[in-house]
Amino acid sequence: MVSADAGNIVQFDNVGLRYGSGVETLSDLNFSLAAGAFYFLTGPSGAGKSSLLRLIYLAQRPSRGVIRMFGEDVVTLPRQRMPGFRRRIGVVFQDFRLVPHLSAYENIALPLRVNGVAEADIDQPVREMLEWVGLSGRANAKPPTLSGGEQQRVAIARAVIGRPEILVADEPTGNVDPEMAERLLYLFEALNKLGTTILVATHDLHLVPRVPSAQLMRLDKGHIADPTGMLRYPPRRG
Amino acid sequence: MAGGHDQWVSGRAARRLLPEGWPSGPMPWVIAIMMFLMVLAAAAGLALGLAANSLDRSLTAQVTIQIVDANQARRDAAAARIIAGAKAVPGVARVDRVSDAAMTELLRPWLGGGLADTDLPVPAMIDIAFAPAPGNAPAAVRALAMRISPAARIDDHAQWLRPLAGLMGSLRWLAGVLVLMMAAAAAFTVVLAARAALNTHRSTIEVLHLLGSTDGQIASLFQRRIALDALTGGMVGLLLASLVIVTVGERIVAVGSDLLGTIGLPVAAWGLLALLPIAGTVLAMFAARMTILASLRRRL
Repeated sequence: MVSADAGNIVQFDNVGLRYGSGVETLSDLNFSLAAGAFYFLTGPSGAGKSSLLRLIYLAQRPSRGVIRMFGEDVVTLPRQRMPGFRRRIGVVFQDFRLVPHLSAYENIALPLRVNGVAEADIDQPVREMLEWVGLSGRANAKPPTLSGGEQQRVAIARAVIGRPEILVADEPTGNVDPEMAERLLYLFEALNKLGTTILVATHDLHLVPRVPSAQLMRLDKGHIADPTGMLRYPPRRG
Repeated sequence: MAGGHDQWVSGRAARRLLPEGWPSGPMPWVIAIMMFLMVLAAAAGLALGLAANSLDRSLTAQVTIQIVDANQARRDAAAARIIAGAKAVPGVARVDRVSDAAMTELLRPWLGGGLADTDLPVPAMIDIAFAPAPGNAPAAVRALAMRISPAARIDDHAQWLRPLAGLMGSLRWLAGVLVLMMAAAAAFTVVLAARAALNTHRSTIEVLHLLGSTDGQIASLFQRRIALDALTGGMVGLLLASLVIVTVGERIVAVGSDLLGTIGLPVAAWGLLALLPIAGTVLAMFAARMTILASLRRRL
């Protein structure tokens, strides 16, 4: 269910982010994410990738500039409308952020429960998702008993189960073996084909060629490199 | 779809979002102590209020007229006229002359039993009881007695008991203030407990927020738990206080004093006391919700 009001699901105009009174972590960001496209966000450590993602998954407001998501300015969005927007965004956090006292099953079911899905309609999609990430046998395991890779797969399953319009993933393959990384990318591609916009922040440039349709965004010292202007004015998708 | 759901579809599933385990801290026991004191103060206030009202009714309800005249015939004639006149006054419920036998009994400790054989001029005494809301009847009776027998002494029962009634009234207000202060202290305890709970579960709340939970959904998770703590603490406090009230009540009855006998709790008062834990629970839920919503509003 992608917004039909515009071709761009995310649009940054002169966005800057400063923590406290320090220097700007992100400066003059001007780019758009086309609805239904697949992006890799790369850049060295400290380039501001996580800060950029925080702006997109609405954990942070920018210090300046305008961010439009789903056709609306989210910088001035009243906070009581934030939950509705956040439910349209799936997030895979770098540190997973699983709820430690809930089982893998309960963690994956969380977005559905937050979104008011009836209990009777929760079990099947959660079971399917567990199977998809290869954790059917670990449904009742609590995160502290899961390995780093298993936790990451639970985090990914939680991020995608609600069929978000945009999926934002911060180093989603950082803790999994190459085979699982391949499977996860396949999962992201499948979601993308269903219309979900995907933004994956990664250090691993080897992932990029695995998704031929993906566009590359490079962030360095808080600036987006966009020599062709394709990121600011992405071509409309057919 | 920008609005979003504000309630959990399954309360049972939502309850699991915060770690289980009860009691969740010392709050139930703090609430129990406060409710114990609150119920005692409320019981004292109610009992004193009812006793003060009863005393007040009896104060305005009765006077005794003494006719002091050495001439027995004149004394008896004056008494008869006052009795007849008083009976005709609207608002007078009962007029009784204290009989000679009763007077003899009354004076026996001072004069011995042979009063009838002496020439002592024993005053004639008339007890007059007024109806509830007697209006001007006390003043009319007073004027009547003074007109018929200028030497008559009118003993207004109120003048002896009014200071006591005043004291009881003050203590009733004091008890009311104590109940309010205790309720405020309980509310502040809940505020502190809610803040502590928010800090303890900060990371879970952050995840829920980022997944799209509304403030109302998050507040409801804490509200239910705090309500459970408050209700349990309140019921324990009520139970303990009830035991104390019943024990003290039995002791008062054992004293056998008419005055202390007016202090007691009817069934309706017990009903009011039983409502205190429920009122405390509602107050706790409200305080918790307001605290949590105020705290969440400071976040994005």
